[in-house]
Amino acid sequence: MTFQQPNIDTSPKVSDEIRKTTCYMCACRCGINVHMKDGKVAYIEGNRDHPVNKGVLCAKGSAGIMQHNAPSRLRAPMKRVGPRGSGEFEEISWDEAFDIAAGWLGPLRETNPEKLAFFTGRDQSQSFTSLWAQSFGTPNYAAHGGFCSVNMATAGIYTMGGAFWEFGQPDWEHTKLFMIFGVAEDHDSNPIKAGIGKIKARGAKVIGVNPVRSGYNAVADEWVGITPGTDGLFILALVHELLKAGRIDLDYLARYTNAPVLLDCDPKSENHGLFLRDDNDKPLVMDRKTKELVAFDTPGIYPDLTGHIRRAGVTHHSVMHEMAEKYLDPQYAPEAVAERCGISASRIRALAAELARVAFEEPVVLDREWTDFRGETHKQMIGRPVSFHAMRGISAHSNGFQTCRALHLLQILLGSVETPGGFRFKPPYPKPVEAHPKPHCGVNPGQPLDGPHLGFVRGPEDLMLKPDGSAARIDKAFTWENPMSAHGLMHMVIANAHAGDPYKIDTLFLYMANMSWNSSMNTSGVMKMLTDTDENGDYVIPRIIYSDAYSSEMVAYADLILPDTTYLERHDCISMLDRPISEPDGAADAIRWPVVEPDRDVRGFQTALIQLGAKLGLPNFTNEDGSAKYQDYADYITNHERKPGIGPLTGWRIGEDGPTTGRGAPNDAQLDSYIENGGFHIAHIAPEAAYFKPWNAAYQDWAVEMGFYDAPAPYIFTLYSEPVRKFQRAAEGHGDHQPPEHLRDRLKKVMDPLPIWYEPFEGTMVDPDRYPIHALTQRPMAMYHSWGTQNAWLRQLHGRNPLYLPSKLMREHGLQDGDWARVSSAHGEITVPVMEMAALNENTVWTWNAIGKRKGAWALENDAPETTKGFLLNHLINELLPPKGDGLRWSNSDPITGQAAWFDLKVRIEKASGPTEESQPNFAPQTSPVGQGPKELRWKVGK
Amino acid sequence: MTSLPEQTDRKLGLVIDLDTCVGCHACVISCKGWNTENYGAPLSDQDPYGADPVGTFLNRVHSYEVQPDQGPAQLVHFPKSCLHCDDAPCVTVCPTGASYKRVEDGIVLVNEDNCIGCGLCAWSCPYGAREMDAAEGVMKKCTLCVDRIYNENLPEEDREPSCVRTCPAGARHFGDFSDPESNVSKLSAERGGMDLMPELGTKPVNKYLPPRPKDSWQGEVDVLAPWLEPVAQEPQGFFGWLDKALEKF
Repeated sequence: MTFQQPNIDTSPKVSDEIRKTTCYMCACRCGINVHMKDGKVAYIEGNRDHPVNKGVLCAKGSAGIMQHNAPSRLRAPMKRVGPRGSGEFEEISWDEAFDIAAGWLGPLRETNPEKLAFFTGRDQSQSFTSLWAQSFGTPNYAAHGGFCSVNMATAGIYTMGGAFWEFGQPDWEHTKLFMIFGVAEDHDSNPIKAGIGKIKARGAKVIGVNPVRSGYNAVADEWVGITPGTDGLFILALVHELLKAGRIDLDYLARYTNAPVLLDCDPKSENHGLFLRDDNDKPLVMDRKTKELVAFDTPGIYPDLTGHIRRAGVTHHSVMHEMAEKYLDPQYAPEAVAERCGISASRIRALAAELARVAFEEPVVLDREWTDFRGETHKQMIGRPVSFHAMRGISAHSNGFQTCRALHLLQILLGSVETPGGFRFKPPYPKPVEAHPKPHCGVNPGQPLDGPHLGFVRGPEDLMLKPDGSAARIDKAFTWENPMSAHGLMHMVIANAHAGDPYKIDTLFLYMANMSWNSSMNTSGVMKMLTDTDENGDYVIPRIIYSDAYSSEMVAYADLILPDTTYLERHDCISMLDRPISEPDGAADAIRWPVVEPDRDVRGFQTALIQLGAKLGLPNFTNEDGSAKYQDYADYITNHERKPGIGPLTGWRIGEDGPTTGRGAPNDAQLDSYIENGGFHIAHIAPEAAYFKPWNAAYQDWAVEMGFYDAPAPYIFTLYSEPVRKFQRAAEGHGDHQPPEHLRDRLKKVMDPLPIWYEPFEGTMVDPDRYPIHALTQRPMAMYHSWGTQNAWLRQLHGRNPLYLPSKLMREHGLQDGDWARVSSAHGEITVPVMEMAALNENTVWTWNAIGKRKGAWALENDAPETTKGFLLNHLINELLPPKGDGLRWSNSDPITGQAAWFDLKVRIEKASGPTEESQPNFAPQTSPVGQGPKELRWKVGK
Repeated sequence: MTSLPEQTDRKLGLVIDLDTCVGCHACVISCKGWNTENYGAPLSDQDPYGADPVGTFLNRVHSYEVQPDQGPAQLVHFPKSCLHCDDAPCVTVCPTGASYKRVEDGIVLVNEDNCIGCGLCAWSCPYGAREMDAAEGVMKKCTLCVDRIYNENLPEEDREPSCVRTCPAGARHFGDFSDPESNVSKLSAERGGMDLMPELGTKPVNKYLPPRPKDSWQGEVDVLAPWLEPVAQEPQGFFGWLDKALEKF
């Protein structure tokens, strides 16, 4: 029959209006265009002008509409009416909620501020929340970095003044070889995908080092299926091979690192292992031209990598000398490490050779003249186009700090940091340790804390200890157990508060952290701690305040709930004072603003905190007459000044001659300008200032102008870390600040000023025959950062999380897809469904993180697969190491930074006996304070 | 039965790069969002918060493990939506004329007003690219965002399918395969673009770029060996080399 094609409208109206804000479906902070119809959110797409995502958007971002309308949204403040954990609440007014909170916190502040522990989870407003905690006066504040990737951040700052993700990224335009370690889905989400797409399109190579070949490792040209926890050993074998072949960037090392700095190498000397310094305390190098000792930054010198001198009977040689002696040692030869790493020696050599070939045979040369901090002008910018990225996979081990340091050592030896084709910092980074504060814990009742909580210790004198040597902080951050814990240890707070070690607290105040579920190790144990009572029948942790936007598992364990908004209903600032959205070629910050008003009695957490702060009369939140200083968070973002002329946002400030960037007075219309510009502001860096930033005079001057520093602060990279050495030295018995005896040997070993590798702790403590298998988690790309797991669209992609087993283990245990296995560790046991995966290290099992949910949470029905077949590996991981018989509690964390050692886990697999209906352990349902979701969705607004 | 046009003026379609697709599902959800709000009935979800959530999606990503003869197993992410076949069996099987292939651009569409929800087209499609919407009772499929690609209410740069616009890895490309000079024709020619199941004779318009060869390292033959020629075996020898090497700076 003849067919008449229908006429269709190919130009329908798309929306009434586009509102541009910042995504918060994960921590990536992409720009989004929110299409509005009839005042409702109709469609979300990426903002093409935005520096982070340049128009693209991931599955999470596009599913934001389901998050914004989720049935699990909390509706009003609530007070607990049933027992803790039951989920039984009564909705109350904000006035009553603030009365309750102030009634608890006010007296604490006047008598004992440290009895408030305020920890803020996946907070993107830490410069604000920390100011609040500082104003309150408690030393007990941190966000979630301790259980996330503090090893990465801290090792990066201590080594080169910045790390991956928020601090810097590969030079996607020029890099020719990209090597990723332990990266599944992680920070940075869309930019890494875009970067990989871009470099693959021009035929550049990607090498993936990961026990699991999923995601980025699936598209990698070469996959290295390493044994978990051995990345540092593998990297040091690469270093060994490169050094042995002389394939290192000598000119770069001489000019820009502390490789030429002279080191006291006499074991009998008082200053053994410390730098030779001048009267101004500057490290000394030998000038290769004059053979004289000079400060490292003296104009006109060329530091000598082979410098050495005998002074006052003490021999000094260069850090380069120390490194060569250490890493040329046969213990780092490929043959010596191959078996432990699960990578053959010839493969390790081939990878080292590939790095050397690309770095030195294919340099990127840009014709851009620039002047360095010693006053020398360079005609060109010459770079080594090998780039690296790493995140949680190498970070979440008890040897993570030193492994991250080893990776930075490798980058620097190749001359590939801040050079074309390598790794580039994003303003306000680079920023060396010296430019960061030290931690503070000075408590005075009724007064603010004596300084910022978190910082970077320079040596034992900076630890946060009470006069009796006990920990000043509830999480024991900055103690001999983990001296460089720059992000705190959120994962230890509940366990320590419950144990009263180092002391008891009164109120636990948490924001956006699912501590009774996937954000805690030892989940079942934590639930017990949160509900445990003392001999009087009172809760051991007396009071818990929690703020969340959704009915998460943690809600049930709080006494008072402050309901947050969704990300489309709130103000936020992604601030230069904090963790901005900068790019290597520009300093950028951004806002969120209410593109829709909440239809519930909820308030943005920061606004609630400002109002509570005013009610408590906190300095920084109260005027002299006692009135509230800020009405809400928008008011704070606009008008707060950290110091004169420096506020949360850098764009559209007021200068003497009109609008200015960086430094300037507050501007009432600042947020309007941000909104008009698509929700962000970017200040571009001139091309001659865009590389070699730590040493580039033009960059340093620009950074001062922007307000990142008050004076130029050039520095050299820290291959050899004196702060680390100072702790080791104390452990050797030197100095007034001495560690407790039981930690002395461990500190001597792990506080090595040059990167080392040691076996992850759990592996050394459990019987390898009983627990021979490594167990890991990864985050699915469509759900990384699990605060969106109940999303109606996304849960159709990842509603189940089998335990993936390599083919060898499936055969060994007679397992088939869908069978159930008992998985046990030294700490616990779970029973879970399994599935085979061939592209997997043969001694490793893994699952998706945080898919498993508790019945009653997230407005899911009780038979949702997340609750019946989903599971958490967390039940197998304890916050403490297995007891050693010494009566002490040993944290399952990195001994340097306190980073939670999630990925040290060793397990045993057995086929489950008998039929299994549900994964184990399974828990009684919580009462849902918001009911359950609808039976069907037919989502269309503005029909 | 519905007839196919003898030929179409243009052949619009997608190139999907399997070498670059990281399996992130960005395209899946962007498609869900756009097509829920736009062409035809919304893409509904049944039991969205319950035991068996099942919704309508016009584009899905499947993942397959591949075990090559040499080297480790690989994981290939495989996005799949309607391929807008030249010989589309879903059109010829349609009893009402609801399924049709557009003369001007070759897009295969369903006219929902005429769709009786019989499901014959889904049965005839060898790719499983059609989904019956359980709430509306009509057949849904990829429209190649026919309401975006010509939409004068969108900026010109946005006149492409939402899956292409959103793909973070840049693994999806949209264009006209009837023009040998188009981006998609050239990409497909350069990278060996493939038809999906060509033996079925459906003549799909969409092309898949195969993954590049992986894991080229095969062991003992070490072409890179010169790069690791030792300058010394011991620290002392290394320092001698270092001193000499520094002479050139």
